[in-house]
Amino acid sequence: MHTAVNLWPLLGIAVVVAGFLLRAHPVLVVIAACAVTGLAAAMSPVHILESLGSAFLKTRNLPLILLLPLAAIGLLERAGLKEHAQASIATIRSATTGRLLTVYLFVRELAAAFGLTSLGGHPNMVRPLVAPMAEAAAEARIVAAGGRLDERLRHRIRAMSAATDNVGLFFGEDVFVAFGAIVLMQTILRAEGLEVDPLHMALWGIPTAVSAFVIHAWNLRRLDLRILKEAGSKR
Amino acid sequence: MITIDFFYLLVGLLFAATAVMNLRDRGNPRRFSSALFWGLYALVYLAGDHLPPLAAGLLMVAMALAAGFDLVRPGKAQPLPESERRASAARLGHRLLVPALAIPVVTMIGSTLLKDVHLDALPLLDPKNLTLVSMGCGAIVALALACSITRASPLQGVREARRLIDAMGWAVVLPHMLAVLGLLFSEAGVGKAVAEVTTSYIPMTSRLVACAAFCIGMALFTVVMGNGFAAFPVIAGGIGIPVLVGVYHANPAVMAAIGMFSAYCGTLMTPMAANFNIVPAALLELPDKNAVIKAQLPTALPLLGVNIVLLYFLM
Repeated sequence: MHTAVNLWPLLGIAVVVAGFLLRAHPVLVVIAACAVTGLAAAMSPVHILESLGSAFLKTRNLPLILLLPLAAIGLLERAGLKEHAQASIATIRSATTGRLLTVYLFVRELAAAFGLTSLGGHPNMVRPLVAPMAEAAAEARIVAAGGRLDERLRHRIRAMSAATDNVGLFFGEDVFVAFGAIVLMQTILRAEGLEVDPLHMALWGIPTAVSAFVIHAWNLRRLDLRILKEAGSKR
Repeated sequence: MITIDFFYLLVGLLFAATAVMNLRDRGNPRRFSSALFWGLYALVYLAGDHLPPLAAGLLMVAMALAAGFDLVRPGKAQPLPESERRASAARLGHRLLVPALAIPVVTMIGSTLLKDVHLDALPLLDPKNLTLVSMGCGAIVALALACSITRASPLQGVREARRLIDAMGWAVVLPHMLAVLGLLFSEAGVGKAVAEVTTSYIPMTSRLVACAAFCIGMALFTVVMGNGFAAFPVIAGGIGIPVLVGVYHANPAVMAAIGMFSAYCGTLMTPMAANFNIVPAALLELPDKNAVIKAQLPTALPLLGVNIVLLYFLM
């Protein structure tokens, strides 16, 4: 039963790990890993280039989701969408960065759990709306205390906004029965002779989905405390 | 039928416009190489499947070298001054939100209500790429609404898109190239090799060790591959089915659900999942490209621990 598996292609993984540890340019790391993996699998250079080329064409649907909204979002930004979002959030006195992002996390995760995964995303929600509002809520606190939002905290808030979108999406969508991951799992288990009801897989995902919400909401609460501390130190 | 090819054409034209605008922009210190980079990417979308694989491969390597040696730079953006943006925001108010929200709304309508609509026996929207095509329609509707609300021309929209693409730079192509690496990994049999190594060297002598090995294996393999879908078959086939189900009689549904979520914990921690972690950092103009990953670690690591415990008690 023990057939010899060629272990040399693992060198490709080693290149990736070493590249990121050495902080080499990610695009160069990818190309180097492609070359090493292909050679380790005894492919000829021409064969490697052909494989890369057909894979590059086959996966060109991937960037569409990022690129298509840019023209509309860019125009709205030019017309003051960020400024409007910031002005609106500043009028809600009880809005803090953490609470705002927790509400977004809740809506994003719940919507994804019902299959509405497009209700969010980095280019069309986080950049124009969520991140500016989260920043403005913190700014309102700190400016009211007579201070200024420093760049490090501003960047932290932006990163947290992007993180919140990811967490909500990932741990919501897998609870939805018709999602690709569930179909994939069913197909793979079936190939191994295990018949599993997709509904059961979706249901058994709920404990993790709830834990993800609780843990991330707690981290958002910690962000709020840090902002409060910042505001307090300026007083 | 509205197919994905139409949107490939649009994106190709957008990249071509980005290339031309950079070429004519004397404020860009690397205008020729930047224009070449975006021009080559435009070719991928405009010529598409007509490109021979070898040519496409060479093209990808040329783009990677241009990006890797810092020859792709943003041009000079000409944003409106903040006071003008504030005035415009005050004038237009909540109307500014309408186009932004039109994108998800049209996407949802397209992928649910219009799913089964046919024109002359052909489906209206390409059923194989339903969500992407619906989102593309949403983006067009949003652009039209944005033009009419802000009284700007679609050309201004293209200029703004170029500004955002320029700001992201090479991060735009990183997810695409990582997907290529993933496909090459599976062609070269990397998954098989990893399964071989993990299953031969980790002793699955106790239930807890097996649970931990399964969840951590999922997360680690996802960190390396950047994609939970690549990790799942390997680790489920290597540990989940033979050990958890075979030896410890786990419920396969629990094993699968928690296994996939453990993989997602890995996705939160890796620069290889560039479209979720690196692109947003570029999009939000963060100086540290790993800032989003750092923000996600305090959620991903405890959640992985929770997954191990949940799997131990629920399976």
